[in-house]
Amino acid sequence: MSALPDPQLPAGHLADAWRRTREGLPLIAPARRGAFPLLVVGTGLAGASAAATLAEQGYPVTVLSFHDSPRRAHSVAAQGGINAARALAPDGDSVNRLFADTLRGGDFRAREAGCRRLAEISSAIIDQCVAQGVPFAREYGGTLATRSFGGALVSRTFYARGQTGQQLLYGAYQALMRQVEAGRVRLLCRRDMLDLITVDGVARGVVCRDLLSGALEVHLAQAVLLATGGYSNVYFLSTNALRSNASAIWQAHRQGALFANPCFTQIHPTCIPSGDPHQSKLTLMSESLRNDGRVWLPVRAGDERPPGEIPEQERDYFLERQYPAYGNMVPRDVASRRARELCLAGHGVGPGRQSVYLDLRDAIARDGRDRIAARYGNLLDMYERISGDDPYGTPLRIYPAPHYTMGGLWVDYRLMSSIPGLFVLGEANFSEHGANRLGASALMQGLADGYFIAPATVPAWLAGHGAPVLSPDHPACRAAVARVQARIDGLLGSGGRTPVDAFHRRLGRLMIDSCGISRQASGLRDGLAAVAALEQEFHAEVRVPGGASGPNPELEKALRVADFFGLARLMLRDALAREESCGAHFREEHQTPEGEARRDDEHFAHIAAWGHGRDTAEPILHREPLRFTELQPTTRSYR
Amino acid sequence: MSRLLTLNLRIWRQDGPGASGAFESHRLEGVSADLSLLEALDVLNERLIAAGERPVHFDHDCREGICGSCGFLVNGQAHGPRPATTVCQLYLRSFADGTTLTLEPWRARAFPLVQDLVVDRSAFDRLIAAGGYCSVNTGQAPDGNALLVGQEQAAVAFAAATCIGCGACVASCRNASASLFVGAKLAHLAQLPQGQPERGRRTLAMHERMVVEGFGSCSSNLECEAACPKEVSADWISWLQRERRRARQS
Ligand SMILES: Cc1cc2nc3c(=O)[nH]c(=O)nc-3n(C[C@H](O)[C@H](O)[C@H](O)COP(=O)(O)OP(=O)(O)OC[C@H]3O[C@@H](n4cnc5c(N)ncnc54)[C@H](O)[C@@H]3O)c2cc1C
Ligand code: FES
Repeated sequence: MSALPDPQLPAGHLADAWRRTREGLPLIAPARRGAFPLLVVGTGLAGASAAATLAEQGYPVTVLSFHDSPRRAHSVAAQGGINAARALAPDGDSVNRLFADTLRGGDFRAREAGCRRLAEISSAIIDQCVAQGVPFAREYGGTLATRSFGGALVSRTFYARGQTGQQLLYGAYQALMRQVEAGRVRLLCRRDMLDLITVDGVARGVVCRDLLSGALEVHLAQAVLLATGGYSNVYFLSTNALRSNASAIWQAHRQGALFANPCFTQIHPTCIPSGDPHQSKLTLMSESLRNDGRVWLPVRAGDERPPGEIPEQERDYFLERQYPAYGNMVPRDVASRRARELCLAGHGVGPGRQSVYLDLRDAIARDGRDRIAARYGNLLDMYERISGDDPYGTPLRIYPAPHYTMGGLWVDYRLMSSIPGLFVLGEANFSEHGANRLGASALMQGLADGYFIAPATVPAWLAGHGAPVLSPDHPACRAAVARVQARIDGLLGSGGRTPVDAFHRRLGRLMIDSCGISRQASGLRDGLAAVAALEQEFHAEVRVPGGASGPNPELEKALRVADFFGLARLMLRDALAREESCGAHFREEHQTPEGEARRDDEHFAHIAAWGHGRDTAEPILHREPLRFTELQPTTRSYR
Repeated sequence: MSRLLTLNLRIWRQDGPGASGAFESHRLEGVSADLSLLEALDVLNERLIAAGERPVHFDHDCREGICGSCGFLVNGQAHGPRPATTVCQLYLRSFADGTTLTLEPWRARAFPLVQDLVVDRSAFDRLIAAGGYCSVNTGQAPDGNALLVGQEQAAVAFAAATCIGCGACVASCRNASASLFVGAKLAHLAQLPQGQPERGRRTLAMHERMVVEGFGSCSSNLECEAACPKEVSADWISWLQRERRRARQS
């Protein structure tokens, strides 16, 4: 039951605080670095970049990933781009502006020192990626090209067609493989981290399952870095890959790591809707489509006519109507919320009346089909493949989907969790995005963490705290293995009859209804009771075929879903405790007469950091107050 | 509402690398044409689990055609009949009611079988480790605009870099060659100024590793290009031959 540690925020002026901090951090002599083995879990942008960089510095690094290759981490799916404030930006963009946009975009629920640092580092990330050979888009003259993205009035997003995440990940992956070849990284794929080993409250290693042999392995190190991605799959259907999960951070939480702002989850408005109960995921359509597409619904609830037969005056372009200034370009959370209200009122279209139209008709009439195809061809092909509809002839149907989790393990300014020796990077931590993440800022944060921050702060911690690596038969290792074994035995032995997915689907439905786009106290309370009941039913009724040895994908899924239950309950609790609306967290009790979010800075300008209540079973809430010096909280308004 | 159809699936089942394998037939009735083939396998697996049998093992993750995890032969074609489409993006509406689909794993010496439709493609990682990178440590990078790259040139490099490492090229080649995979990575880096310093060494090292890992030589029948879900051009294979000559001479 850890108390809230000192967040280690820098003193003095914000500008340059990171450089000053870094210069004050202790170093380890190159010749000694070989004596400090490190463990990195995850090979997405955050994990691969951290592992490669620390290995380059001379630390022996072991890397674990459940994927069969580091290149498959879900960072590979990011489409739109990566933000950076560059010197010589043509439109007067600056570090100050990127800092301010990030803090404002997060609705003043992030630490200003962290946002400031991110903006300062952003430019070096682009340089690093270019040097690795990432084929960013270029202007005619050969300089780096940029585009603009939601929530910003400047053009600062660097991109590689619609596959920016893929290209950035391959850059980091290749840097990692270079270290594997050099013998400085030991790469262990197809391994699921299932528990954390601590001694006297300090992280010393992990337990993982070899997904081919089924063997439980102990891996020990002087520091453990988790870069295991986000938890949107708690909602079952999301834009994340199917195997994305929360197990690593959830088990670390159970061992004492505080979990911050679990209820801050982002729902993306433009995804391809679901039709069949067996649909397995929701595919994102880049929000750049809203630049040219007009969002509408039939004026009359229950209108069954196909879109082409609905005349102009019977179409409600509701975002343009409600937000004349921003129109279809309002931020993600606002667009999702307005669409949901109308769908609930019976105006929605498609199966279950849950979708809205995104119509390219006017853009095609204005610019011609070819220009639209040149801009969005890849996306529209993908839409056609998945939906079977022709997006050039009939409006796209779009649907909101869980997409990104701002919440995650609490970390201090140095990315260390409340468990000393345990660092958390990328989407797995809670840093910098506050209550809402801006487009193209997650890639920036993951790479800032991995290339620049952790490689400075992890050695600094080791310099003061490194302790000899444990022996694998230390009681703490045996205890951790026994905990995992008990969880596996419990699932295999439940004797039930229902496959894992059936429970996951029900959990997802419960969570999207009670803790999705819009939340209210009674729904959250009902959700808590329902999740607890479902969890019990899961343990009694689930059927996991096969055994513990050899490959067993159903067992992998069952272990992940078992962890999602606990996390779901924590999300509901956090959403209940936060009696305000901010960013993506919208509490219906807290809105203006126009239906806009009402933030409460007097009572909720804090990070909610939850401790796992081991003895009492109730989680314990710690509040880290947020202070703003450079930029005072203002109300977000897009009207 | 969506069309329902019946599928006859013949699926390769093999418990492990040492075990013997065989095709197993399953009939799936009343599945929605709006499902992907992998979602149809999810449906089948739920039924197998309910019946107390071992579900079919196949690799997958993103299910949107970008991670490169999925991949098996569908009626002898890598990723199935649709061009430029991974098997996770292959929807049942491509098939007639009552179709029989034969699903089997990639077959290549360098990709040992793991179970059912899953193979071990870690040889691809070792090919990259042999030299598929620019040797630059973090923190040493010059200004990204110090090296100008023409728009066209960046686009060509991108087109080669778009390979997702799924292995379809190897699986569709008579000789199980990795020439397209290696050619694409070499081409990506050789098109850019950043890739020039190590260009020759990289070519020789990756080519040599390809032989060591047990990939065959190019069979010149261009099946790899046809099977590639990212439409990487087989022109890079003939380019690769020229590149090797160039590297050996320098
Ligand atoms: C469809 C989509 C599009 C996006 N587009 C953009 C965009 O345009 N711009 C932007 O800035 N952001 C975008 N994002 C968000 C961004 O891509 C992610 O937040 C970011 O890539 C996460 O990187 P990561 O390194 O933290 O985690 P990931 O890339 O998810 O990597 C997680 C790693 O951890 C491993 N792992 C997880 N759990 C375990 C375990 N228990 N044991 C062992 N290994 C484990 C996995 O194998 C994997 O290697 C997008 C997200 C999605 C889903
Ligand atoms: S599952 Fe990722 S490409 Fe098919």
